Amino acid sequence: MSEPACPPYRLPPPQRQSRRQGWGFAALLLGLVGASLYTLDLRLSEFLSRDAAARMGAFVAEFFPPEHAPAFLHKVLLGAWETLAMSGLGTLLAALAGLTLALPAARLHAHDRARWRGPTRLLLNALRSIPELVWAALLLVSAGLGPFAGTLALALHTSGVLGRLFAEALENAPRGPAEALRVQGVDETRILLYATLPQLLPQLLSYTLYRWENNIRAASVLGVVGAGGLGQLLAFHLGLFHMPRTATILIAMLLLVALVDGLSWLSRRSMTR
Amino acid sequence: MSALATAAPRRDPAFAARLSWSAGTLLLLWPLLVATEFRPWLLFDPDSLRVSGNFLAGFWPPAHEANFLLLVARETWRTVAMATAGVTLGLLIAAPLALLATGTLSISALGGRMAPLPAALRQLVRALLVLLRSVPELIWALVFVRVVGLGPTSGVLAIGLSYGGMLGKVYAEILESGETQAATALLRNGCGRLQAFCYGLLPASAAELSSYTVYRWECAIRSSVVLGFVGAGGLGQLLDSSVKMFAGAEVATMLLVFVALVALADRASAWLRQALG
Repeated sequence: MSEPACPPYRLPPPQRQSRRQGWGFAALLLGLVGASLYTLDLRLSEFLSRDAAARMGAFVAEFFPPEHAPAFLHKVLLGAWETLAMSGLGTLLAALAGLTLALPAARLHAHDRARWRGPTRLLLNALRSIPELVWAALLLVSAGLGPFAGTLALALHTSGVLGRLFAEALENAPRGPAEALRVQGVDETRILLYATLPQLLPQLLSYTLYRWENNIRAASVLGVVGAGGLGQLLAFHLGLFHMPRTATILIAMLLLVALVDGLSWLSRRSMTR
Repeated sequence: MSALATAAPRRDPAFAARLSWSAGTLLLLWPLLVATEFRPWLLFDPDSLRVSGNFLAGFWPPAHEANFLLLVARETWRTVAMATAGVTLGLLIAAPLALLATGTLSISALGGRMAPLPAALRQLVRALLVLLRSVPELIWALVFVRVVGLGPTSGVLAIGLSYGGMLGKVYAEILESGETQAATALLRNGCGRLQAFCYGLLPASAAELSSYTVYRWECAIRSSVVLGFVGAGGLGQLLDSSVKMFAGAEVATMLLVFVALVALADRASAWLRQALG
């Protein structure tokens, strides 16, 4: 049966139905929360007891004063630089890999059969859905402890994210310039280099910078599994109960993230004004 | 016109600039390569190849003994439960803080400028939210594992604190950016702040608030797997111990389960957000 040209007017569903939906949703939610709290064996009462509060206070007091011997500060600075380098190189590798994967994952023009679109998108989704930290834990097997594993882990996860974003950008790019070259018989590589990419470059760059910002944050914690940077220092000193040193590293982490946040806010404001 | 066309260069006019930019980038890249100990050939070292080859060869077939699958199912549920309980705790932290931080609900601001004390309080609450948010949940978990011991409690607390900060900040932003006339009108006519919130602000932004919460729940599922790596229980902890024992088959099963879990959470959250409007 074909659709009528003018669909008949329908009344909105009666209110009782949406009310029932609302109650159903609330019941589902409460059920999920209740089941979670019931099965987790949280021992929150133990945590909220006076004894635990005293323990917590003593634990926090151990952090002060943060270690500030110049030799240690130098080590922390090196760790921060390693974190920055990991995130930078990881993002750069990811941008290259993402662009390479985005090309087969995008339908570039109307007559593009895009045979590899499905499989590449599946690969990108798989890369994306495994977090950096899990990648790092897996890569430690073949790359060994240290920042190299962390860099690769960042690159793998981020290439999944960027590949997908780049593919969307390629598919949504204005078609005019590319079509103009195509009807002149220019080959696909040159169309990409001289028509599509120049149009998209600002967008691709802003996605990459955004991911870099995220990756600095991720890189600072990646080390917890042994993949270099500030996180590795943190896990090491926390494991040995060097609380003042841990406090210094935590402050360094917060400063790094605050610095990145501030810079990104400033650059965004200067660009939008 | 024709003179212009014949004068057009055959070579790329920006060639020199492109070349120098690329060379400069490579020069800048060198310290990064040194700092990250970037030695890809180590991956193809015979020893390393043998170890990773053995590890990867174990991936197929994925482990599928009934006992192990049961264990994985239990830990998967614990992961979801940890995320849900964590977001609930985050919500309990975020809602009052967001109410305190929302400038729209200020009575003194009705007269033009907010009085100094309420303004200072709002800045203080905002700073607290930023502090909660800017410590990554993994670090919170690492610290809480030292205090409350191994287990899901530290994971729930970690998610609760960092998500409390995130949710609180975004709630306050949503409440301030939505339709505020109704709330202002209520306040001007002598309503309390809570009444103005319930009848003025909430109806206008309920959909956005709940949809953001559902989105955060989806993120929490992802991060609760990661929290397992520092000993907060759930799928991550199981995955960590399997990787350390080089048990490829078990790792393969868990990765598949994890990808499926993330995809499912993604679908569920998209569906819920659509239903919420």
